[in-house]
Amino acid sequence: MTTTGFYDEMRDGAGRVREHYKAYQSWLEEMPADRLSQKRTEADTLFRRYGITFAVYGEDAGKERLIPFDVIPRIIPAGEWQLLATGLRQRVRALNAFIADIYHDQNILAEGRIPREQVFDNAQYRPIMKGVKVAGDIYAHIAGVDVVRAGEGEYYVLEDNLRVPSGVSYMLENRKMMMRLFPRLFSRYRVAPVDHYPDMLLNMLRSVAPVGVTDPTVVVLTPGVYNSAYFEHSFLAQQMGVELVEGQDLFVEGEHVFMRTTRGPQRVDVIYRRVDDDFLDPLAFRPDSALGVPGLIDAYRAGRVTLSNAVGSGVADDKSIYPYVPDMVRFYLGEEPILHNVPTWMCRKPDDLAHVLAHLPELVVKEVHGAGGYGMLVGPAATREEIADFRARLEAHPERYIAQPTLALSTCPTFVDAGIAPRHVDLRPFVLSGEEVQIVAGGLTRVALREGSLVVNSSQGGGTKDTWVLEA
Amino acid sequence: MLSRTADHLYWMARYMERAENIARILDVNHRMSLMPQSQAQAEQAWGATLRIMGLEKAFGQDHAEVSADAVLDFMVFGKNNPASIRNCLHAVRENAHAVRGTLTSELWETANSTWIKMSAYTLEQIHDAGVSDFFEWVKFRSHLSRGVTIGTMLQDEALRFIRIGTFLERADNTLRILDVKYQLLLPAGEVEGGAADYHQWSALLRSVSAFEVYRRVYRDVITPSRVAELMLLRADMPRSLARCMKEVHANLRLVSNDQSAETERRAGLMEAMLRFGRIDAIVREGLHNYVVQALAQIQDLGNRIADDFLLPVSSAR
Repeated sequence: MTTTGFYDEMRDGAGRVREHYKAYQSWLEEMPADRLSQKRTEADTLFRRYGITFAVYGEDAGKERLIPFDVIPRIIPAGEWQLLATGLRQRVRALNAFIADIYHDQNILAEGRIPREQVFDNAQYRPIMKGVKVAGDIYAHIAGVDVVRAGEGEYYVLEDNLRVPSGVSYMLENRKMMMRLFPRLFSRYRVAPVDHYPDMLLNMLRSVAPVGVTDPTVVVLTPGVYNSAYFEHSFLAQQMGVELVEGQDLFVEGEHVFMRTTRGPQRVDVIYRRVDDDFLDPLAFRPDSALGVPGLIDAYRAGRVTLSNAVGSGVADDKSIYPYVPDMVRFYLGEEPILHNVPTWMCRKPDDLAHVLAHLPELVVKEVHGAGGYGMLVGPAATREEIADFRARLEAHPERYIAQPTLALSTCPTFVDAGIAPRHVDLRPFVLSGEEVQIVAGGLTRVALREGSLVVNSSQGGGTKDTWVLEA
Repeated sequence: MLSRTADHLYWMARYMERAENIARILDVNHRMSLMPQSQAQAEQAWGATLRIMGLEKAFGQDHAEVSADAVLDFMVFGKNNPASIRNCLHAVRENAHAVRGTLTSELWETANSTWIKMSAYTLEQIHDAGVSDFFEWVKFRSHLSRGVTIGTMLQDEALRFIRIGTFLERADNTLRILDVKYQLLLPAGEVEGGAADYHQWSALLRSVSAFEVYRRVYRDVITPSRVAELMLLRADMPRSLARCMKEVHANLRLVSNDQSAETERRAGLMEAMLRFGRIDAIVREGLHNYVVQALAQIQDLGNRIADDFLLPVSSAR
């Protein structure tokens, strides 16, 4: 049951069950053979009835799909989590300091730690944010940092998602589902709770209201029911007890933002927006956007409303900025980074490009601005044609790509058609930054369900697992 | 509450109520078709069903002639029929989906699972299991939805707009049911109590779940004018026009805003006219004329509610 060469979350190299999975293993042995399969069917039925689905783009547009849910939890021991959480807090503090610096003094550029063009040529850099004061000087209020384990089990940060990271609703729903399916399992483990996340989120959002607003009105802004993450938008709005609005529900008058209600206009102070920068305000960004609110950016720049995350946060989570994050930790915090970065070759550098072209079959190549597991080459799994295709693309536009070694992602036992088998996983914890930086002990574990696959994205056949952080 | 949210809630409730009433109408026709009758009578009855909902034209585009199976298919599954039960239940689900955060999870799951089941139904299945079973299912999903609404929703604006939608739609449907049956059962020149068939009137009562109620209230034979009185003026009869307008008016007063005074006044006026109205006067002046007028008033109220509450109110207003 071990996969040679990969760190397995449940078993060590000799195939022995790790300490924190022992109780699970003995529970599993007591289970009748078909129980897991029954429970998985039950989970599917329930998820469909609850409507916990995501909309699919492309050929099946308009359909709603379930994200496959795996019934075997991913368990993280308390000590491991503490280190991880400390590292995440450190990293997100540095990222926020970087964004604030970029839109104000630009010290890090003046000191030559990051080449200026890496920032200013970046599509996510928003000149209109220059000199704009945001509440609490915080930009990325909500970060969904993708973490993987490789080698001997050390944690690496793969991506800092600072724009509109999603998935937190699955973290919460997966836990509810596990408690419903396997209540007795929870008496064998002390699992840190996650269900206070919406409360933490609401408190954080209220804490970053514009100066002078004592009882802020918070709303969640969604692109609408056809967005793939619509379930999460409505879920979070409901859990926080705030309105879920679309662009058409808001308007700006006298630099204040209002929502149209059955009792007339009502002031809005904090907008947790799940709409990308480009679509926020047709007057400031894409004029063809029907999702946005004309005049929103003026109101925002005037400090009348808080947008969360701040406009322009994406400048810090771009793959071309990613290699500099450890330097940011040193520069802004004067600390050594706790979490590793994955070594990254920047193909815009001739030396790096040469190395990448010479080692394509071993590397993972990603588009600098890509997301969702699209536009990506996984060398070891690619065909000869795919590699040739990427070689041509790299030679034509090297600046659009970065490359990383193919990480031996850790595996976690997963219930698949053939029974219980190891599958590769990642982890997305959610970091909230307001007056302080907070993390719920948990996150979303995504699992690549296809044997050998390293792509965990739900749009590419990935599933999810409940993530248990054990209490000390 | 957001105007858009109120709009979705209102239409969610209207479509649920519409699905239920269509099931009721179809069920009655189906039951009546089991009694001895001529081909012409049967066609007339199915044609009347289409007339109730103002769907004769739309039906004509899909089907050449009126038959039990064709009408059933059109009214239950008709893709081009905006009022088919399938389309209504889909609209319920889509409206609920758009505001699922405002609904209790039980209410959302009711709408969602109703649609999941409906989308799997086929005409063959309905025939196999017995069409009445299917109509029963639709009615009970509506009962369930209403019960979950009242049993779980906070008594705030969201509930008010749901209730307004339910009762405005029901008022409209009750009037249509009465009108068509009245015309059908009382052909020109015929007097009340004449050839009008007991079975037909009792079927009409059953379509609004009022057969037993009639017996309790009147303890007498079924006459057309009493049926009309029960369906229009009896405020204690849950599907009567009087009851519906009472609810619409009461709920409107609870969501009142700066511009809604005239809408409330018109709803109040209608309620009062029903409360103090007499059935002899209505019958004397012609029931059909009365129904046409009342339907127009309901439509006017619907438009005014949309203007006052549901359409995004521009800041300039």
